[in-house]
Amino acid sequence: MGEVMKPQQRQLLYAGLAVMLVLIWIFYSANGPQTTAVLAGTVRAATLLALGAMCGMIGERSGVVNIGIEGQFLLSAFAAFTIASMTGSLFMGTIAGIGMGLMMGWLLAAMAVGLKVDQIIAGTVLNIAALGLTSFFYDRSRSLGMGKYTNIDLGPLADIPLVGTVFFSRPPLTYLTMALLVVVHIALFRSVWGMRTRAIGEHPGAADTVGIDVLKLRYLNVTLAGGLAGLGGSYLALEAVGTFSRAMSGGRGFLALAVMIFGRRTPFGAYAAALFFGFTTALQNQFQLNNTFDIPPQFVGMLPFVVTIVVVALSGLVGSMRDPAALGQNYEKG
Amino acid sequence: MSEILLAAQNVTKKFPGVLANDDVSIRLRPGRILALLGENGAGKSTLVNVLFGMYRPDSGQVVIKDETVDLHGPDDAISRGIGMVHQHFQLVPPMRVVENIVLGDEPTKRGLVDLDEARNRVVELSERYGLEIDPDALVEDLPVGMQQRVEILKALYRNADVLIMDEPTGVLTPQEADHLLGVLRELTETGLGIVFITHKLREVLAIADDIVVLRNGQVVGETTPSQTSEGGLAEMMVGRSVVLQVEKSAADPGDVVLKVSELEVNDDRGQVALDGLNFEVRAGEILGVAGVEGNGQRELVEAITGLRHPAFGVMEIDGEELTSSSPRQITKKGVAHIPEDREKHGVVAVYSVAENSILNRYHRKPFSIRGILRRHVIRGHAQDVVDEFDVRTPNVLVPASSLSGGNKQKLIVGREFSDEIKLLIAAQPTRGIDIGAIEFIHRRILEQRDKGTAVLLVSAELDEILGLSDRIAVLYDGKIMDVIDAHDADREKIGLLMAGITD
Repeated sequence: MGEVMKPQQRQLLYAGLAVMLVLIWIFYSANGPQTTAVLAGTVRAATLLALGAMCGMIGERSGVVNIGIEGQFLLSAFAAFTIASMTGSLFMGTIAGIGMGLMMGWLLAAMAVGLKVDQIIAGTVLNIAALGLTSFFYDRSRSLGMGKYTNIDLGPLADIPLVGTVFFSRPPLTYLTMALLVVVHIALFRSVWGMRTRAIGEHPGAADTVGIDVLKLRYLNVTLAGGLAGLGGSYLALEAVGTFSRAMSGGRGFLALAVMIFGRRTPFGAYAAALFFGFTTALQNQFQLNNTFDIPPQFVGMLPFVVTIVVVALSGLVGSMRDPAALGQNYEKG
Repeated sequence: MSEILLAAQNVTKKFPGVLANDDVSIRLRPGRILALLGENGAGKSTLVNVLFGMYRPDSGQVVIKDETVDLHGPDDAISRGIGMVHQHFQLVPPMRVVENIVLGDEPTKRGLVDLDEARNRVVELSERYGLEIDPDALVEDLPVGMQQRVEILKALYRNADVLIMDEPTGVLTPQEADHLLGVLRELTETGLGIVFITHKLREVLAIADDIVVLRNGQVVGETTPSQTSEGGLAEMMVGRSVVLQVEKSAADPGDVVLKVSELEVNDDRGQVALDGLNFEVRAGEILGVAGVEGNGQRELVEAITGLRHPAFGVMEIDGEELTSSSPRQITKKGVAHIPEDREKHGVVAVYSVAENSILNRYHRKPFSIRGILRRHVIRGHAQDVVDEFDVRTPNVLVPASSLSGGNKQKLIVGREFSDEIKLLIAAQPTRGIDIGAIEFIHRRILEQRDKGTAVLLVSAELDEILGLSDRIAVLYDGKIMDVIDAHDADREKIGLLMAGITD
């Protein structure tokens, strides 16, 4: 029901996976603590990218490009942080972040679906508005008195060496994201909603003739997807960092789009891609921390972005993925 | 069983400035095929859209199964058992056949789509009606004829008792079209009624039980195949006697004008669209290119007219190599082009008739001098074109968008023919225009041939190819299957070649 993978691609995937596991085992034997730190950092960076990618893919599967994820992250992070510090409740902050994401999704839908504004322009509006608003209302004196979300050990699973620390001793929103990957996968490829969503992204006219309300469904999807980006913003402020700072999303909303494309607009594919990009970020952090190379840190810091360019250029390796046919096109009835 | 499956009673529908349907009544009985015949703009589409709930009539009623109904949308019509097979298929290409069929009315199990149940129902349907199909095939991998079958199954899945087929044979080879007619006939044996919309007279006579002819929004005739003939139907459609087959003399071919060698052209996606084409067109002959659309015709025309650069091969006009030259360089050699899509490549809709009449030579004397357009010369020229080519327009200053399709096409032909030309590239020159204009344009093309112009005629209408060509090349999957002398050509033979079958 998902995207069909060609046998060669599948083999390539399995081969790559095997090589990776062997490498991790070698590194772990050589230097346990550092390997664990890098892999834990990988999962931490991947969570935000996965949430952004899911937001993007639900929009794009329905035919609506969302380049406003960056802005959705930022404004939601701001809302989450502000409400959490005001109420003293991380939970309330998280809800506020999701709510802000939904509102921004709704705004994008109103512009791009309702008013038929060019979708790229509508997304840009979100990004600019978020940057402006958060900079203007930024209050340096605020802080999270109660600290950020802390790790929860999942019983005996957390005691497994390496894997336990990396996957089963995590803060709550990371677990929630992993659960959402499964939920979104099933919803997209097995539910009635998902089938109709994919149909309106490919051939809205066909969906219309069998009685599916294309505009209504796009409206709904873009709004709901905003909630995922909102969760991403909450994660960023309340779990990953524990504070808010100006422009803290730092381009990850755009990186999430690359992750989405590299993951072929499927949740699991996106998570794999997110882990890969997260790994380069974590590696770079570790290099800087240890001063591994005797070169200025700015160059080491470029690693994730250089890898992004190389990987996207080579993405033919995972098979070219066609965009949904109606992507970016506003639908006119009749 | 109902006496009347579907009927329009005194339906009138007005659009601003047009009376699209004027007191139209038709009725369809169970197990019968009603052919709706008429030219473009006669009101067929409007009537069908009223019956399918897309438009609401200004007056008159729609009756479904002996009951007067008030349709609020296609959903209403679908739920009452009306199924429509659109001219442009409404299928989602990267989805499976079964998903396409159940989309919008999906069987579910525990909140998820129950694909097994869906597959069972599809298989059961396809067995009951003898419409064999692989439910798990992706629609994009299916040939056009099979995609149409999916559309029919989609309607049957929704328990349709009436099928409305809008120009269903336009995209099929003659054999596929015959097969479809057979399938439709079998479907009626289960009590299904079919409304069959077409402008192809032969099909009407072959399949219909009842025929209704529309013209200018009115029913101008009701008949049956046994009471009429192709000529009779054409006369009803147009309102006067028409010549279906323009008379032509034998060709007198001269020197080679267009020579194409080993031509390879890619399509928009970079896939090979033309794979090593070789052919010649001589002065004073018409080479017809037959084939189902999408087999490389568009790429061929674009390559010759300079709109698309070939990947490989050579094109010579009058002995001069012009491969990958610009359209202007090619036009300068005396090449005229009647483009396939007149709205997109033929006229600039917001420009006036006068401006459109010089689109190919506004930069030359006498129309402009030192970069300044000379309006009175242009208007004079436009008036000549309008007079000579019978373009019906109030004056030459109205925008081209206000002309009907046939008149736009005559304007294009007039523009292209008002210069001395050596080679004419005519792509679908009579698509979607009225019979009168078709006849006119056919005569003009033959006139050009007789004046010694080499003509490359690309058309999806086999009758047009057979009627005009001196030689016929059949294009299939980017290759020329064969070039046949027009005397030896018949529908059967060309149809097989169009399907890629050689013996």
